Amino acid sequence: MSTSGRRRLPVTTGFIGPGLILLALAAASLFAIMIGPYSLSASQALAALVGLSGDPQADIVVQQIRLPRIGAALLVGAALAASGATYQAMFRNPLVSPDILGVSAGAGLGAVLGIFLSLPVAMIQLCAFVGGMSAVLLVGLVVRLGNNNNPTLALILTGVVIGALAGAMTSLLKVMADPYDQLPAITFWLLGSLASITLTDMKPALPAVLLGLTPLILLRWRINVLAFGDEEAKTLGVDAGKLRLAVIVAATLITASVTAIAGVIGWVGLVIPHIARMLVGPGFGRLLPASMALGAGYLLLIDTLARTLSEVETPIGILTAVIGAPFFIALLARGKRGWN
Amino acid sequence: MESIQDTSSRKSLCFATLVVMLSTLCSPAIASRSIIDSAGRTVEIPDTINTVFAAGPPASVLVYVVRPETLAGWPRALRKNEIPYIAADYQSLPETGRLTGRGGEANLETVLSIKPDLIIDFGSIRDTYIDLANRVQAQTGIPYVLIDGRFDQTPAALRLTGDILGASERGEALARAAEKLFSRVDAITAAVAEGDRPRVYLARGPDGLETGSKGSINTEIIERAGGRNVIDAGDGRHGGLVEISMENMIAVDPDYIVTWDQNFFADARQNPLWAGISAMQEDQFYLSPTAPFGWIDRPPSLNRIIGLQWMSRLLYPEQWDTELSEEAAQFYQDWYHVELDEEQLQVLLSWAEGQPPE
Repeated sequence: MSTSGRRRLPVTTGFIGPGLILLALAAASLFAIMIGPYSLSASQALAALVGLSGDPQADIVVQQIRLPRIGAALLVGAALAASGATYQAMFRNPLVSPDILGVSAGAGLGAVLGIFLSLPVAMIQLCAFVGGMSAVLLVGLVVRLGNNNNPTLALILTGVVIGALAGAMTSLLKVMADPYDQLPAITFWLLGSLASITLTDMKPALPAVLLGLTPLILLRWRINVLAFGDEEAKTLGVDAGKLRLAVIVAATLITASVTAIAGVIGWVGLVIPHIARMLVGPGFGRLLPASMALGAGYLLLIDTLARTLSEVETPIGILTAVIGAPFFIALLARGKRGWN
Repeated sequence: MESIQDTSSRKSLCFATLVVMLSTLCSPAIASRSIIDSAGRTVEIPDTINTVFAAGPPASVLVYVVRPETLAGWPRALRKNEIPYIAADYQSLPETGRLTGRGGEANLETVLSIKPDLIIDFGSIRDTYIDLANRVQAQTGIPYVLIDGRFDQTPAALRLTGDILGASERGEALARAAEKLFSRVDAITAAVAEGDRPRVYLARGPDGLETGSKGSINTEIIERAGGRNVIDAGDGRHGGLVEISMENMIAVDPDYIVTWDQNFFADARQNPLWAGISAMQEDQFYLSPTAPFGWIDRPPSLNRIIGLQWMSRLLYPEQWDTELSEEAAQFYQDWYHVELDEEQLQVLLSWAEGQPPE
């Protein structure tokens, strides 16, 4: 099905490519475990990893804080890139990102509502998740109600509208929020951060992401067919409508789950699939794992910067934008589209 | 014919009313005087002030404390558990919205419809706020006064506000009380070398990882009470609100943690990650009451006067021989115009000991 072998770099063929990528991710994670504001030597950090450092606080820092945070960076990066690649493949549009159907805006609204109501953190996360899922559900309902001969365009337009509406409601809550109490918390949440992620936060997010990834992995060859259009898909024996629904549900679940724990992190889902497409071509069977690996590595790098750049946290959403935007412009300037 | 006459007379009546209204707004006939506000602006204000529009929550506390009968409304409606701690006459003042700050949602027409004699803002006197004050004043014709909200400037702010609102004696008395408290806590602090002062973290936000770095208006009470803010940019800049990570929290390892967030307070005490922090192990993790206003912040206004005392007691308990219950009752009476009954006082005291009301 893939016709892009010509464009592929040799390193990505066979088992050596994926093996090298996983090795690089493991090395980067190990490096990230060794650095952080809590001063530990590299060997102390590694000893603490297996609980042999002799310093209980060091064990906590490495096992309970750095490890979950690195895990979260890998998970969130992989998840956002995976759903970005999926949406881009489905809509055959390189400007689509995981929040195209209003997931992030909906999740943002949910979280802001949670903060506005002074709920505990776990409830805020639940609100964010419900908000993200509801936004997409609403988009689906609106498209269903209308009689559209171009369902893809209808989806994107409705997504933009619902997203904007959720954004407006978020702004309303910000205006009504207590400026000395809730407003700063809202601002920090909307900038995205892995600063306070713990194992407890990861527990519901990890299975939800895996649940969303499973159909994408199983259907990876069929998703290519969506790019040809509904009629062609039908002749190839694929029910485009059902497939699209399944893909949207899966990608939404992924995005909503990670946004619920990490806040709104833009640009990863937009930029990473582009880079992956340059490396492995547009075939979704290769694009999905390549995007996930790159996304995981990218967010790990960004988060390591976020927690080591200064004494206090640099919000990760700011870094992904500051680094992602110029990179994206450079990609566009080089004129490599990587679609054909 | 009659109806036309009727209309025209109504028109002229309207016109006359308008003229009267306009002339009231800019008439030199009303006795006025000029004052110099904290930003150094000379502002022409009426001799008698009956209604004041508070530009934000800190200003509303200031006006309420100094001369409550002039307060036109609360920038944010009072919450249920805050109401009993406000004097009865002012519990149901309307919500007016903020004029400054990020929201800026108070409509200028709303301001005009309230017809305040004066707008007061209490807080930053940076250029942005000076500019805003000048604009609003030019647009509405209502004098707009800026008062420096830095904690150290509290006595000056009280005197200036007392003078402006025609309550000089009260302003002076409160300023003296503030000075007395400041010198009392300063005397305690002076005996302790900078390096020996307790290391304090002010936890904000639902996960407690939001805070103000040293010099921010939200955390200046820490230094004032003789503590050191563990989050210090170190470059002498005035800090702002920042987010830190749990690892950073463990690295800075404060001796004391104070917060007003009840959710965070409840969560952190059961959270194993926080359990290793010195403040937790030493049992020096405290929740501040927030009724009717926060004791340490939220908003950063005169409410910090009682908070300063509370925090100084936490950091230097052996230096205080008076009871917090008496001091709090006195403060609420002198500053907030409420005589607390035994139950109300007990709610506050339990709150300050970590048992907030439901």
